[in-house]
Amino acid sequence: MSTTEPSQAAPVALETGEPVRRRGNAVVPASGMSGTALVVVIAIMAFLAAITIGLVIAVSDAADGWAGELSSELTIQVVPVEGRDVAVDAQEAARIAAQVPGVVNARVLEEETLRALLEPWLGADFDIEALPVPRLVVVTIDRDSPPASGSIGDALADTVPTASIDDHQVWQERLKIMANTIVSAGTAIFVLVLAATVLSIVFATRSAIAANRNIVQVLHLVGAREGFIAWQFVRHFLLLGLKGGAAGGAIAVVVFVLASWFSGLLIATPAGAQLEALFGSFGLSGDGYIAIAATVLLVAGLTALTAYVSVLRVVRTMV
Amino acid sequence: MIRFENVGLRYGMGPEVLSDISFEIPQGSFQFLTGPSGAGKTTLMRLLFLALRPTRGLINVFGQDSSDLSPGVLPAIRRRIGIVFQDFRLLDHMTTYENVALPLRVIGQPESDYRTDVEELLQWVGLEDRMDAYPPVLSGGEKQRAAIARAVIAQPDLLLADEPTGNVDPTLARRLLRLFSELHKLGTTVVIATHDIGLMDQYEAARRLVLNEGRLHVYD
Repeated sequence: MSTTEPSQAAPVALETGEPVRRRGNAVVPASGMSGTALVVVIAIMAFLAAITIGLVIAVSDAADGWAGELSSELTIQVVPVEGRDVAVDAQEAARIAAQVPGVVNARVLEEETLRALLEPWLGADFDIEALPVPRLVVVTIDRDSPPASGSIGDALADTVPTASIDDHQVWQERLKIMANTIVSAGTAIFVLVLAATVLSIVFATRSAIAANRNIVQVLHLVGAREGFIAWQFVRHFLLLGLKGGAAGGAIAVVVFVLASWFSGLLIATPAGAQLEALFGSFGLSGDGYIAIAATVLLVAGLTALTAYVSVLRVVRTMV
Repeated sequence: MIRFENVGLRYGMGPEVLSDISFEIPQGSFQFLTGPSGAGKTTLMRLLFLALRPTRGLINVFGQDSSDLSPGVLPAIRRRIGIVFQDFRLLDHMTTYENVALPLRVIGQPESDYRTDVEELLQWVGLEDRMDAYPPVLSGGEKQRAAIARAVIAQPDLLLADEPTGNVDPTLARRLLRLFSELHKLGTTVVIATHDIGLMDQYEAARRLVLNEGRLHVYD
């Protein structure tokens, strides 16, 4: 046999004069598989997953911030009793507390500050001396080496028996429960969104195989292995997964950036300032953006893996 | 190479379309499988290709019992068998060249390794001007030749052809038979299902397996 001469009819490349061959066709054509509609579905799923994971991380970060601020302080409350000077007791409590290892400093809350705290309830002209208002000592503790449990209380017990300590444990517990609830709910939503994505891919894959059944049969008859056949479908779905995932993730990032920008505008208002004080500034940390990028890759990978498993299961029934 | 022992096949709960089929296809042999339309030639070819499982009996292919074959082993066996179907089974979205090259592509051979072989084979079957054409624009005869080229491109140990000359003129039919004959000389075992007496007469040395009413008679 001799080498084929290019026929007169064959198209010829202008630069080289070599025949132009149409030889780049995929074994399974993309036209026979779901395209735009599936990309949109994956994009929506990726968007929901990214928003969920972003919110979970934002809440988790905020909760850590609250807990951190609360756990770095505790309050000594000195109640007035007959026969004792509450102001002297408060000063003594601050002095003793400051000497306990792990305490950074302790200061008595000034009368002016106390007056300002009570003003919304008692008005501007009340006489603080005439009321049994407890004095407060704010103790800042070293978070890296906090004082031993009960050490401040023990130190105060003899000298200032009218002092009691509030280490904000109740608040911390409530915050922890709230944050854990939000994180658990978010994780459940995230898993459900991924499950819905998997189901969508399963149906799309089955539909793609049904539409290309004759191709799969021919691939079987020329001796193609299951892995080869599956890969012809998987690379298509991987591309769809990456496209959809990237689109959904990008929209989620835009939403977070816009939300952060709006919350920045709101801080200028009194309500915004209160929200800022309570929840911190709304926005994603670097971890949040990394998590969204990971979610995009997870969605694309899950799409490809689901397609692979799904194709293999169907192809095995067609042997 | 292939041995059938008391093979029977029925579709669903219907009657047996093949009954007590026992024969052997020795390595390097050339045989025609013939019989009237509806006798079960295509069914027998599909059994030979392991595309069907028998209802009863034993089929031994390349020394392996077909009932023991796992799905993972099947592709390796099919690569040793080239098959030409009556309905060609070409992929419409691929060019003639790509269809013929498919058995080599699925085993991961780079195109540069098989380009010359595919082009030479296409020239040999008279399709050198149709390399870049898609099957929907090929005539029946051209599709037939492309299907044959695809079946033989990987130089299989066993070639199964179901009515391979049904859509070509007598001159081309003789040329295709010569191709099968040359493959046979190179060591390929050939089974051609046909009811074309003229074709069988051109190769009198071949065995004849005659199917009639679901039973097989062998004439060496």
